[in-house]
Amino acid sequence: MRTESRIYLGVGSFFLLILIVYFLWSKESTGSVLLLASAGLGILPGLYMGWWSRRMKPRLEDAEVVEPRDISGIVGTFPENTIFPFTLGIGAWLTGLAFVFGGWFAVIGMGFVISAAFAATIESKRSSLAEAANRRGAED
Amino acid sequence: MTSVLSDEKTTSNVEAQRPPGGFYRWITSVDHKVIGKNYMYTALTFMFIAGAMALLIRTQLFNPNGHVVGQQTYNELFTIHGSIMLYLFAGPFAFGGFANYIVPLQIGAPDMAFPRLNNLSYWLFLTGGTTMLLGFFTASGAAAFGWVAYAPLSSNPYSPGPGPDLWIVSIALVGFSGIFTGVNLVTTIFYLRAPGLTMFRMPLFTWSMLVTGILILVAFPVLTAALVMLYADRHFGAHFFSVQGGGVPVMWQNLFWFFGHPEVYILALPFFGIISEVVPVFAKKPIFGYRGMVFATLAIAGLSTGVWAHHMFTTGTVLLPFFSALSLLIAVPTGIKVFTWIATIWGGQIRFSVPMLFAMGFIPAFVMGGITGVMLASPPIDFYTHDTYFVVAHFHQVLIATTIFAGFAGIYYWYPKITGRMLRERVGRWNFWVTYLGFWVTFMPQYLLGLRGMPRRIAVYSATDGFTFLNRVSTVGAYVMAIGMALFLVNVVWSWRRPVAAEANPWDGATLEWATSSPPPAHNFHSLPPIRSARPVWDVNHPEHADAAPVIAGGDESAD
Ligand code: HEM
Ligand SMILES: [Cu+2]
Repeated sequence: MRTESRIYLGVGSFFLLILIVYFLWSKESTGSVLLLASAGLGILPGLYMGWWSRRMKPRLEDAEVVEPRDISGIVGTFPENTIFPFTLGIGAWLTGLAFVFGGWFAVIGMGFVISAAFAATIESKRSSLAEAANRRGAED
Repeated sequence: MTSVLSDEKTTSNVEAQRPPGGFYRWITSVDHKVIGKNYMYTALTFMFIAGAMALLIRTQLFNPNGHVVGQQTYNELFTIHGSIMLYLFAGPFAFGGFANYIVPLQIGAPDMAFPRLNNLSYWLFLTGGTTMLLGFFTASGAAAFGWVAYAPLSSNPYSPGPGPDLWIVSIALVGFSGIFTGVNLVTTIFYLRAPGLTMFRMPLFTWSMLVTGILILVAFPVLTAALVMLYADRHFGAHFFSVQGGGVPVMWQNLFWFFGHPEVYILALPFFGIISEVVPVFAKKPIFGYRGMVFATLAIAGLSTGVWAHHMFTTGTVLLPFFSALSLLIAVPTGIKVFTWIATIWGGQIRFSVPMLFAMGFIPAFVMGGITGVMLASPPIDFYTHDTYFVVAHFHQVLIATTIFAGFAGIYYWYPKITGRMLRERVGRWNFWVTYLGFWVTFMPQYLLGLRGMPRRIAVYSATDGFTFLNRVSTVGAYVMAIGMALFLVNVVWSWRRPVAAEANPWDGATLEWATSSPPPAHNFHSLPPIRSARPVWDVNHPEHADAAPVIAGGDESAD
């Protein structure tokens, strides 16, 4: 994780540097605020990852030398086919169109959005239970 | 669903759940490969639509006082042409299409980190993109204020009607889709790399996409915020950008270009990444200076956030020396990249297959556009050429070099992996040469037109302006380019009707996407080769060069 954190910190501090020069030289506010936000966007996650990288176990991703037995087994859990991103997308679209064609679009759109959020929550809960069972099955 | 690598005991669990078929499966799939392909087809379709608009624009300009389309239609055409190409083609094609498909493969991951979010991104992109086109079907027409939507032209009094609002909603939806993809890419690259694939062993394309992802996160939210402000100005009586209420019109330009300049590098970096993949493979050499390339990419990302106002030199409200100096500095890392590609080609055993042709064509085309960019970064030159065809020629050269030439290098390179079929070499060569010829014939005259003072975004010019001949040359070039692009469709249809099967690794590639079958199975890999360098597949296929990488004795689990 250390390299990852350094990338964010590097980019963020560079924005900070530009910000200082730019602000002191131009005193222009829009650009300075935007640069400040960008610097934060780099430095905050960078610090967090750096802090975390000291606490966690070293990851295999970061290991220069990997033993063959390390690269077999379960990699991770990935969702199955699901309709809800589509439903959510259509809902967001209709809600967006409400800004052009009038509020009643938003009523339908938000209906889609809310039902998608609701159903997706139930679905992922169900699949995480199934996943736990799967994992138990795989281990013996 | 659980994904496993070379562990036979659990594979059966995966096979047990069969996905649904047909249309429903297409809509509901969260596989990054399906979504990546959807992105590519959709983005390329948008590209051909916008290309047709470009031909109409050029036809209008063939004769002085042209009357192919009216003034208002002309404005709509160049607005939607530019908006499609920049928001709906170049970006989504790169980070939704190529990156989505290739990055998980290159880092040995089974999928993107957030597959459902990935699927949502696609639907926002598709619906958002379609929304932009809806503008043409409204009574007052589509948006007509240019892809940059400058205030006060984009305000309600000057651009009334639903067309501009559809444009705003469209860009907002596509913007969210881009942000989600950016989050997804960064997370995937940080957390889903295969064991042993350290950051400094990642392929350069993956590096480019990581940096692009970070730039997306910096740039796109600013655009979304600016759009909300613009909409509030138009409909809620806010006065962010109108002088009457105490607002500042030029603030739109600051916000827009704070997004806009990083955006042009969001559109360039992925394609630089493609070139960095193609060139070493076809020159049969490792890339010259891997770390230099990584740091150049990061430097471009850093610098490109501090140069936005080089688009605003003539407003008289910006700090000229600051923006000019930083813009000139960007040429340094960009130059490092170009020299690295040339040094990689130098002395290599070059195979002039179609991907390599496109990659080699990219270099002079991009350098020409880059040099004129450096010229424009100098305020005295920009005062003279701003808003003329010189600028039009500059950005078309850089953008077509990246999205078309480098983009097609990527298509020809990865098409076998994606479809399991080869594209034809001979048609591919014609595809390249005709497009390339058309490209130079179209845009070189536009530099001269700009220097002679032809403004951009005009629907007619007069016969006495002296612009006629160069415009005609440019229009002819545009048609030649269109023929070249049509040959690509010929090639695709041909390879589809009379398929030639592709092997897993037809180009002797070095990175992990070539370690799996073409096309890859669900969740990408049955097993991974050991990763001991930046070129794991090369290490397996060329054990005679094994001294180039540290080798661990024992373990015979290499690709099967
Ligand atoms: C070598 C680095 C580059 C420099 C120094 C540079 C500089 C500039 C400058 C100063 C302008 C403003 C011209 C004006 O409006 O008067 C400009 C316009 C533009 N550049 Fe570049 N450029 C560079 C590379 C690129 C790249 C790589 C891309 C995209 C792939 C790009 C895309 C654009 C676009 C789209 C515009 C026009 C925007 C508009 O007004 O519609 N440039 N460039
Ligand atoms: Cu720029």
